[in-house]
Amino acid sequence: MTRMTYLEAAVQAIREEMRIDSRVFVMGEDLQSGVWGDFGLEEFGPERVRNTPICEAGFFGAGVGAALTGMHPVIDNQCSTFLYSAMDQIVSQVAKSRYMFGGQSSVPLLIRATVMYGFSAAAHHSDRPWGLFAQVPGLTIVVPSTPYDVKGLIRSAIRSRNPVLCFEELALKGQEGEVPEEHYTVPIGLAEVKRAGCDLTIVALGASTHSSLAAASELEAEGLSAEVVDLRTVVPLDRRTILASVAKTGRLVVVDPAPGMCSVASEVAASVAENAFEKLKGPIIRVTAPDLPVPFSPDLERLLYPTPQTIAGAARKLFRDIRSGSVRRRSIAGSALE
Amino acid sequence: MELQLGQRDSERERPKDLLHEMLRRMLRIRVFEERVWTMVYEGEINAGHLAMGQEAEIVGACMALRNDDYMTGNHRSHGHPIGKGAELAPLMAELRGRTTGVCRGKGGSMHLAVFSRGSLGESGIVGSLMPVAVGAGLSARLQGTDQVCLCFFGDGAANCGPFHESLNLAAIWKLPVIFLCENNGYAMFTPYSQTTSVAHVAQRAAAYDIPGVIVDGQDVLAVYDTVSSAVTRARAGGGPTLIEAKTYRYGEHAEYPGAEKIPRYRPEEEMRSWRQRDPIEIFSTWLQGTGNLLPEQFENIRACVQVEVERAVLFARDSPPPQPHELMEDLLT
Repeated sequence: MTRMTYLEAAVQAIREEMRIDSRVFVMGEDLQSGVWGDFGLEEFGPERVRNTPICEAGFFGAGVGAALTGMHPVIDNQCSTFLYSAMDQIVSQVAKSRYMFGGQSSVPLLIRATVMYGFSAAAHHSDRPWGLFAQVPGLTIVVPSTPYDVKGLIRSAIRSRNPVLCFEELALKGQEGEVPEEHYTVPIGLAEVKRAGCDLTIVALGASTHSSLAAASELEAEGLSAEVVDLRTVVPLDRRTILASVAKTGRLVVVDPAPGMCSVASEVAASVAENAFEKLKGPIIRVTAPDLPVPFSPDLERLLYPTPQTIAGAARKLFRDIRSGSVRRRSIAGSALE
Repeated sequence: MELQLGQRDSERERPKDLLHEMLRRMLRIRVFEERVWTMVYEGEINAGHLAMGQEAEIVGACMALRNDDYMTGNHRSHGHPIGKGAELAPLMAELRGRTTGVCRGKGGSMHLAVFSRGSLGESGIVGSLMPVAVGAGLSARLQGTDQVCLCFFGDGAANCGPFHESLNLAAIWKLPVIFLCENNGYAMFTPYSQTTSVAHVAQRAAAYDIPGVIVDGQDVLAVYDTVSSAVTRARAGGGPTLIEAKTYRYGEHAEYPGAEKIPRYRPEEEMRSWRQRDPIEIFSTWLQGTGNLLPEQFENIRACVQVEVERAVLFARDSPPPQPHELMEDLLT
């Protein structure tokens, strides 16, 4: 085992794949500068560690063309909102080419996008669009929450021969964790129970997994045992793991820092309501951002995203006695938005 | 860089087989498209964007490529795979949504692809495949082959963002991409003069410091020679070229029941004068005048093509539709 940061683990996965497969190359803005990570310009040369101009539609489409003709490109995108500049390429070409051409080709393309929020980066730099892209059939979407998961998922993504969007939150990039030295992968489409519990299930993704784990510790002190399920993959969604957890606990809180409307949280909630209704002891609560663009002022932005306190507050609501309004075990603390 | 005029190379050796194949492919496109036209108005095919009138620029360009060279199309794109030598029957079956179609019924008229012929697909979104063509060129460079990619797009696409991003990328990376603008004078229903800041799309090559060439799109040999030069240059590492073929479509932007009610937006005189420069007539006249084709050979080729198209129609009609389980197939590998 080696201790390394999330960013180091991600870049290491890419460099290792580039070493073993000459079809893998990486392109994006500023890549050769090393600012976004050391992709091995000296080792692999400027053809395979390729700087692009600021032209997302252009180089995302070039990624598709290269993928259709035998290469395995990795596109490095530094801010999730810049993906929108390539929206037509992502939706019309990346996602649909294999299907609409009847399986004649595949698109072995990995798109890595940094997701920053909570950094006063304001409306054009702070989106969390995994739910938006989840509405595009043909895309695989992963949201790793640890160095172990990001390295394993990136490796799986590059080898999958399908187009994958990997969202990596800026808040996680410096987080350290244990990563095996030996070869391993993390399967796409498999969620992970990061903390076992029996009173309620908290489903979360990315950095919200850590907030949920913190909430679970808080709840533990109050005698509530929360199971935390880290999605790891948004599409394909691991409904089996989610449903197995809810079958055990009977209560569900879903945490997603994206706006709530048509969110990944909504899909999880709907899936559980549809498939495990008889197991539920109460309503499903989603803890999401409100449906707003992100304001600049830190005093406002701080109100938007799930925190350990708001997640724990939502969990306590599930145990509140409906008639008396008191929580079965303890009185409620409440969230900033109540 | 000065704007160039692409012309027929009068010194060039032209084997008769090649010339006859050019004529055959042009006739294939014409007869296929006219047949699709009747099938649309008889209710057998829902709609199509047809390329009657554009056969010379399609075939002249496609036949300057090898089979392993790549090509991307647009929405008016039945002719492109035909120009590159694809069989007609699986194309017709695709237009009928059959499982024997090139895309197993999943693509249809605007998404034909024949990867075995280097055709990387077509798009209903104007300009959307131009960056993909750049990627195919990048692929050839990274894999060290001398393959090129021919990128078909219309005058409408020349004003879209992806056109500019694609030309710039191909230029800075010196990629083997031949950008071929099929300028038929109209972007959907709006004339070129209203939409485009320059008299010729090819002038925009100067903005990206690549060669820009105008060519008579109704002259298949002029197009063939012009594209061949660009291909030779690209294979040798000389980078991309922007070629603008001046051409015209006889049909509507899109043919579908009700299209006949669209108000006339093209002057009758304009349509008549382009018809007088029919690309198939121009070529067959030249072929016969230079002793490369006898009248009975022309009739024979045309008759064979007509049989081929009818066989394709029957093949499509007799083919099974896709089964419900196929709906979920081919999304991921």
